[in-house]
Amino acid sequence: MLQPLIFASIAFYVFRAGHKPGTLLYAAIGAGLMGIWSSTLFGSGGAIQWERWQGTLESLIVAPPPFILVLTPLTVATATTGLYALCGTLLWGRLLFGVPLHLAHPFLFALAIPVTILSLGFLGLVLASTFILYRNANALSNLLEYPVWLVTGLLVPLSLLPGWVRPIGWALAPTWGVRAIRAAALGGRPLPAIGLCAALGAVYLLLGTVFLDRFERLAREQATLSLT
Amino acid sequence: MKSLRLFFVGGLMSYRALFNWLSPWIFVPTFLVAPLFQILLFAYIGRAAGLESDRFYVIGNGLQYVSLPCVFAMGNAITGERWQQTLGAILATPARRLPLFLGRAMPVIANGVLVTAFALAAGSALLGVRVPASALAPLALVIVVSAFACTGLGLAMAAIGLRVREVAVLSNVVFGVLLVFCGVNVPLSSLPGWMSTTAEGLPLTHGIAAARQLADGAGLGHVMGLVAGEAAVGIAYGVAGYWLLRFMEWQSRRLATLQTA
Repeated sequence: MLQPLIFASIAFYVFRAGHKPGTLLYAAIGAGLMGIWSSTLFGSGGAIQWERWQGTLESLIVAPPPFILVLTPLTVATATTGLYALCGTLLWGRLLFGVPLHLAHPFLFALAIPVTILSLGFLGLVLASTFILYRNANALSNLLEYPVWLVTGLLVPLSLLPGWVRPIGWALAPTWGVRAIRAAALGGRPLPAIGLCAALGAVYLLLGTVFLDRFERLAREQATLSLT
Repeated sequence: MKSLRLFFVGGLMSYRALFNWLSPWIFVPTFLVAPLFQILLFAYIGRAAGLESDRFYVIGNGLQYVSLPCVFAMGNAITGERWQQTLGAILATPARRLPLFLGRAMPVIANGVLVTAFALAAGSALLGVRVPASALAPLALVIVVSAFACTGLGLAMAAIGLRVREVAVLSNVVFGVLLVFCGVNVPLSSLPGWMSTTAEGLPLTHGIAAARQLADGAGLGHVMGLVAGEAAVGIAYGVAGYWLLRFMEWQSRRLATLQTA
């Protein structure tokens, strides 16, 4: 609950001290998306680890319903939980830092958010499916938090990053999600970014389905499913 | 002699016990890779905002990261005993408490120093930040003192951890507070007055200020006041943490709540 507000506060103070007050809403949205990503990352990665520690992972996998139908709602739920971060940072910014909350395209803003959440949830599915193979999934979660914040332009314009980083960011849903939400809030063309975010979500869902089937089978063959 | 053995051997064994869960797979991403990306993230945020130089963020975030191993590990060194159901056995012994707790602090400080030294070196290399060679030894001193100060705070957290269920959550909050208040990414002069005043009583504030002045070419004599301030903060938290631990121990014995929270 507090981490999104902490990072939002740092962003507000940095941009304000840099004499760029017009960018505070830009920073608030970016900080909110940081929280959504963290929630998705640790929720999806931790889900497998938690089931493993509880000794229930094997039961879930051998149960009749396909595991994809068990895991997908979980990862989408973790992304949805992160919605608090976006609402919290916008409200925090409004109340404590006077961030203006005038939305240029309110309906597209309302559309961009669930598309982003769903796409991040499906990205969480890809992560969770690969984490099945690894005993220390939480360590991988720690590793992926800051790098994704950086390469997806949540608080740093991609134009400032080295050129080779940008294609990495383009393949990640938060890049297009934050662009869509910002364009809807600050003015611009959010529809292309919304479309790309949705398309990436579909790709992640397909990848997650394939990976889950493959890695689940591998974990069973190697008898590593329950190892911690 | 017993106190020396308790200090060195006991402290080392307690630190090694952390590695029943702190495997290299967790240690490397958490303590070596994550700080680099924290440095990069805030350096680029600073560039986007047009605030301060890369050196400002490398020094600030590199030094701030000492709080992660020092606060978390010190907290876990004590509360981990409760989780392992060995806290009662330790506190039932007649062992002197000062070497017992200080012995657990020393490896934590050493670990914090190594993590920060790596973060500063690697962050400087990645962003092309240059530090005068004459500043390296004084910088090492500042890192040690800052690690000591954060470990003092960690000891206080450990005492609180005997009362609350999840000290890790509290440690995460403290990490965030230090990130916001201590001039890590925002100059203290740009923070509200009450925040910069609060920062004077927190670890890292004086250490980061000293490290930045050293990196700018100031001599050790010029920053000794700041180093002394950082050490004083560490001593204050350490003393408070030690006595809080003794009080919690006494109260836990009286109320039979040592293994509960």
